[in-house]
Amino acid sequence: MVMVGTIINNIKSLFLKTTNKSTETVKLNTKNDVKKEGDIKLEVKDLNFYYGDFRALKNINLKIPTRKITALIGPSGCGKTTLLRCFNRMHDLYPGSRYEGSIIFYPDGINILAPNIDLLNLRRKVGMVFQRPNPFPKSIFENVAYGLRVNGIRDKKLIQEKVEWALKSAALWDEVKDRLNANAYSLSGGQQQRLCIARAIAIEPDIVLFDEPTSALDPISTAKIEELIITLKEKLTIIIVTHNMQQAARVSDYTGFMYLGELIEFDKTQKIFTVPSQKLTEDYITGRFG
Amino acid sequence: MFSFIAYKKLLDKCVLAVFFTAGFITIFITVGIVYVLLSDAIRFFQEVPIERFLTEKEWTPVFATKKFGIWPLITGTFLIAAIAVLVSVPLGLVIAIYLSEYASVRVKEIAKPIIEFLEAVPTVVYGYFTLLFVTPILQKIVPGLEAFNSLAPGIVLGFMILPYTASMAEDAMKGVPQRIREASYALGATRLRTAITIVLPAAISGVVAGFILGASRAIGETMVVAIAAGMYPNLTLDPREPIQTMTGYIVQVALGDLPYGSIEYLSIFAVGFALFIIAFIFNSIALWLRSRIREAY
Amino acid sequence: MGRKTISSKPDIIFPIIGFIAFLLVVSFMITLIVDIAIDGYERLIDPSFYTSYPSRFPEKAGILSGWVGTTLVMAGAIFWSLLIGIPAGIYLEEYATKRGIRGKIETIIELNINNLAAVPAIIYGLLALGIFVYRFKLGESILTAGLTLSILMLPVIVVNTREAIRRIPRDIREGAYAVGATKWDTIRDHILPYSLGGILTGLIIAASRAIGETAPLVTIGALTFIAFLPPSPFTSEFPFFSLEKAWDVLMSPFTVLPIQIFNWVSRPQAAFQINAAAAGFVLLVLTVIMNALAYYLRQRVRRKYIW
Repeated sequence: MVMVGTIINNIKSLFLKTTNKSTETVKLNTKNDVKKEGDIKLEVKDLNFYYGDFRALKNINLKIPTRKITALIGPSGCGKTTLLRCFNRMHDLYPGSRYEGSIIFYPDGINILAPNIDLLNLRRKVGMVFQRPNPFPKSIFENVAYGLRVNGIRDKKLIQEKVEWALKSAALWDEVKDRLNANAYSLSGGQQQRLCIARAIAIEPDIVLFDEPTSALDPISTAKIEELIITLKEKLTIIIVTHNMQQAARVSDYTGFMYLGELIEFDKTQKIFTVPSQKLTEDYITGRFG
Repeated sequence: MFSFIAYKKLLDKCVLAVFFTAGFITIFITVGIVYVLLSDAIRFFQEVPIERFLTEKEWTPVFATKKFGIWPLITGTFLIAAIAVLVSVPLGLVIAIYLSEYASVRVKEIAKPIIEFLEAVPTVVYGYFTLLFVTPILQKIVPGLEAFNSLAPGIVLGFMILPYTASMAEDAMKGVPQRIREASYALGATRLRTAITIVLPAAISGVVAGFILGASRAIGETMVVAIAAGMYPNLTLDPREPIQTMTGYIVQVALGDLPYGSIEYLSIFAVGFALFIIAFIFNSIALWLRSRIREAY
Repeated sequence: MGRKTISSKPDIIFPIIGFIAFLLVVSFMITLIVDIAIDGYERLIDPSFYTSYPSRFPEKAGILSGWVGTTLVMAGAIFWSLLIGIPAGIYLEEYATKRGIRGKIETIIELNINNLAAVPAIIYGLLALGIFVYRFKLGESILTAGLTLSILMLPVIVVNTREAIRRIPRDIREGAYAVGATKWDTIRDHILPYSLGGILTGLIIAASRAIGETAPLVTIGALTFIAFLPPSPFTSEFPFFSLEKAWDVLMSPFTVLPIQIFNWVSRPQAAFQINAAAAGFVLLVLTVIMNALAYYLRQRVRRKYIW
């Protein structure tokens, strides 16, 4: 039933004037390709987002593939972070935000914009790493364990195992294993950001959102984080917002270009950066504005 | 897992209810104040017509022939507040300009807590100091100064409200953007000229708000005047004579053993209500002025 | 900046005037402290001053019932003001929706707290007299006094709680919500611990104001002559504590240090004024300590969490 709906919607989106009508993205949904290319993880349909009366996102249609890295680029103020924060409903923390349209989460097929959705469960499945490293002023261990604790895990041994696993996955374990009880603020900026990644993945989400994760970091830390993001896609679907086009080109499989609240073009990264179909995308990629 | 989340959501709702209730209770305090003051003041005015309250020139509630003209208490209150403001505003303004435009960070770091501490000194200690130190000294300078008078408490209150007149004024002036000052310096203006013609006018809402809050504080102050100004309702503007303020009267009555519902008992609520209205007006003006600063830059 | 410009005459003279004005304030305060210290010296150094009840003989009178009363009343005031003040402050910062009916109520709460801060203390005394003493029939008791002073402290605690919470960056909250924390999780695990220093500072400042308050307690009818202490709620037998007796403590009449001072100042005999000065000095030292502690805490909190 869900599958049928998806297909119908995809057919519909072919006829609607949307930008993601390239054969590549549609192909992802054909049944044969599911096994090869992986499935669709999130499907954004006719998404509009408002801050009060201001329409920050306009008719976004987009399909995020599973276990790939999808980058969102565009000049500042284009709505890329706003879109990212729709995926875990972070906007709900602030009064005056309103969504229209739907974002379907697969394989469950639920609409994460539905008003009755369980936000705690959603955020457990959709983790987030922020622009500035934002560890809690607690110990390194507690930072990673926090997500486990609030999700009801009490077993100390299990917590210890998962913290170790998360820190190893975030390539931080070797640097901190001797001082897990030290305050997270004693770490360098890059380490703090990897700690935040460990915190996000400790609860084993399906998706991790990265909001310009390296904008506050030096080039060496940036390289480490990028490397880490690439290794993480083996298990996770990743969406990364970046203002750094080289970064998008280096790490992502798919790229969406946004401008003034609209998704102008969405395609394989290679295609976006070599033969974009839209003039606006080309102008941005070649540095004519933004 | 489901039950855990359901439990957490329920807990969240309960906490919200508790916190909202706490916030809501604070409203009841004001409601309670208005209710108590108003209900007993109305009972007072049933016995003493409001015209008498506002037109009679004497306040003698404990005499055989009771008179309830509030003016002696109001003049007493405002006379002391006026002296306090006369002392505090020039002093506070000079200190505020000095601290905001001239003083080094180090001097400021020492000066601010000292000035703020003026308000933390127990007022009963100020009262002692006024009665037994300030008044005797002033008596040597001011001829005809009585042991109870409004001059000495006025001066001490002037110092006491410096946290408003100096410290708040300084905060307001500090809030003026540096670029405005630099524009003036660039034209060759001195710091003092810049402070007086540029910074002060720009910060005037905040500075005046501080003055008004200071005056309001002096009007509502009780112990200094109860101890050092006398307990004599006196329609005078002579700062050397003993007087009584509205707060002083309430203390005087409260010290005695008054039966609930007696006319004297009710009269302190009438006076309290008048005081509350005055304080409310002053505070509203100050809040309005401060809200204007936020719009300014 | 202007430092580099050549100072002209007004810019040399004015800072001198300003500094003198500041020195005037400092000397005012020093005079105050020294004056009462000298006046009260005789009694301050007498240990029996701290362990005696009031008396009609000035040289025998002490502040025992005063400081015991102050301690009990302040304990009550702190308890009640925290009970209402912290949740109210958290509500306004963390839960405020600013929309609909709740938004309107929030605006009223905010305006109301701003106004409460400027209400003269003696008005709170009238409120307490009208409500707690006569309508709730709590009497002229320690409980009434604690409730009265807690209302005085409340606005300071709410304002300081809010400021402390506001200093915590949005990122920290979002970090917690992003891993699935509920609002209460976030408040309990992050907001409260990180703002505790600021809240504590506010509490100490509020308490240092309340401890010297006299007028509202005079209004509710604090006695000046108390030659006994409230009964002890502790018993020699298990469970070493009696609720009934604790209630007796709350309901017992009381005096506090400032009331004692007021009473002694008002007496004509110079010997009582020595007592007043001595007790005033004790009170002053308490407020100095509390304010210094608040100042120290504030500095420490600022250093501890640099966001």
